[in-house]
Amino acid sequence: MTMQEYFIAFSTIIHKEINRFTRIWAQTLLPPAITMTLYFVIFGNLIGSRIGEMGGFTYMQFIVPGLIMMSVITNSYSNVVSSFYGAKFQRSIEELLVSPTPNWVILSGFVLGGVARGLTVGAIVTCLSLFFTDLHLHNVWITVLVVLMTSILFALGGFINAMFARSFDDISIVPTFILTPLTYLGGVFYSISLLPEFWQNVSMLNPILYMVNTFRYGILGVSDIDVVYALLTVMGFIVAMFSLALWLLNNGKGIRS
Amino acid sequence: MTQALSIRGLKKVYHNGFEALKGIDLDVEQGDFFALLGPNGAGKSTTLGIVSSLVNKSAGSVKILGVDIDQDFSKAKRALGVVPQEFNFNQFEKVYDIVVCQAGYYGIPRVEAKQRAEHYLKELGLWDKRHSAARMLSGGMKRRLMIARALVHDPKILILDEPTAGVDIELRRSMWEFMKKINAQGTTIILTTHYLEEAENLCRNIAIIDKGEIVQNTNMKSLLQQLNTETFILDIQTPLSKAPELNGFQTQWLDSNSFELQMQRGQHLNDAFALLTHQGIQISSMRTKSNRLEELFVELVEKDRQQDKNKVAV
Repeated sequence: MTMQEYFIAFSTIIHKEINRFTRIWAQTLLPPAITMTLYFVIFGNLIGSRIGEMGGFTYMQFIVPGLIMMSVITNSYSNVVSSFYGAKFQRSIEELLVSPTPNWVILSGFVLGGVARGLTVGAIVTCLSLFFTDLHLHNVWITVLVVLMTSILFALGGFINAMFARSFDDISIVPTFILTPLTYLGGVFYSISLLPEFWQNVSMLNPILYMVNTFRYGILGVSDIDVVYALLTVMGFIVAMFSLALWLLNNGKGIRS
Repeated sequence: MTQALSIRGLKKVYHNGFEALKGIDLDVEQGDFFALLGPNGAGKSTTLGIVSSLVNKSAGSVKILGVDIDQDFSKAKRALGVVPQEFNFNQFEKVYDIVVCQAGYYGIPRVEAKQRAEHYLKELGLWDKRHSAARMLSGGMKRRLMIARALVHDPKILILDEPTAGVDIELRRSMWEFMKKINAQGTTIILTTHYLEEAENLCRNIAIIDKGEIVQNTNMKSLLQQLNTETFILDIQTPLSKAPELNGFQTQWLDSNSFELQMQRGQHLNDAFALLTHQGIQISSMRTKSNRLEELFVELVEKDRQQDKNKVAV
């Protein structure tokens, strides 16, 4: 295949993925909008007004970046895991496997599809947050870069989960038991400086902490950790997970007998 | 001329130790209409799965139009269109989108993909259903959708794995006509089917696979010549109380208006009719009891199984 043909195959996959999540918008775009609005109202307004300042900002201002990032993470992940597993389950993945589209194009297409949903939901949540607080971007480049990298990373995570999954139960285990706890413990609702030193050190093992804090830095200009170190860490994870996902795809894990 | 498909020493052992293919060799010429037949679990779908990259092979080589799948699978896959046994499209997607997207996976620009999708959906009588979700189609329409999808990139070789399973007779015959047409236009067709009448009517060459081994690989004519016995059902005008006795032929009474006539290889129908005429029996109509290929298929598979039993006994 020529580069142009690769690009056509790649854009076809993305087009299909975007069609999929926009077709079922009531399942994909609406729920995070409602959930995040509730977070803004309950945690930001009602409870937040009694908490006072955190990191030099109102509690609402503090949690908005975290909540935006949380919605990007969960939606990037769940889009790829459900789409790719659904394609496995219905065997429509065979449409791609019999075609000359190389595996790296397939992987990139699904990941970018997940990124498209993650960013769409992120944009929706950002717009909603403007009803509750003002947002001023401290560093637009870091904000954009970290949200993009985080979305790619979790879309890759969703892909790997889908490769291993053998049932619909398997695609909900990781989000429920790993992703959600890591997100909640990743500094979305609090600064880790509030934790005892031991738990601060434990928190440093949580990759989501780096993403949430870097994103918060991009918007508010405050972070619990070094931003450059955080970006390099996320990049390292992306390279490792892309390699793993591609290796699984090349070996046909769960999709070729 | 380069073979459309050339398989050498192809083996497949599944993770559970089951040996689905035991080193088969197979050649399909370009432009051929080729039947790959065999009982359930014989290895047909495994063979086609390896050719179309849905199954990993354990050993052996596969060349598609001279291109080794181990060397350049991407190029080899470009020549293939695959219609699998099971429905394998997204049931929630629209018919039109399924075909257009498939063209995209072959690098066909969207404008051209839409034109091709329109052409094949019209050819296969699905154009009116283009905006329907695939799950809303009938079984026959779903099969035709998979054919349209497999053809959208104009493959040189079309693999049809039981394309008419569960399809009514009228539709099956219209699909046969369509397959004949695209074969006449130069597309090599490799067909698996359990309807042996279908294989006999459509295919020029044939391979029979059983327990992972090719037990017969020849052209249809010479295969049918191997048929030792053929049974006909004859309807008679004047009722009879027993089957007529015809010297050299075996007959069996079915009812007062019909009987079976069994013919060995080398015997002629003319001789049987001469004997019947001599006895004053008028034949009003005649049909074969079962498809000729079916009889031969059963004979070959039974023979293969008997040989296996003998080996075990020894």
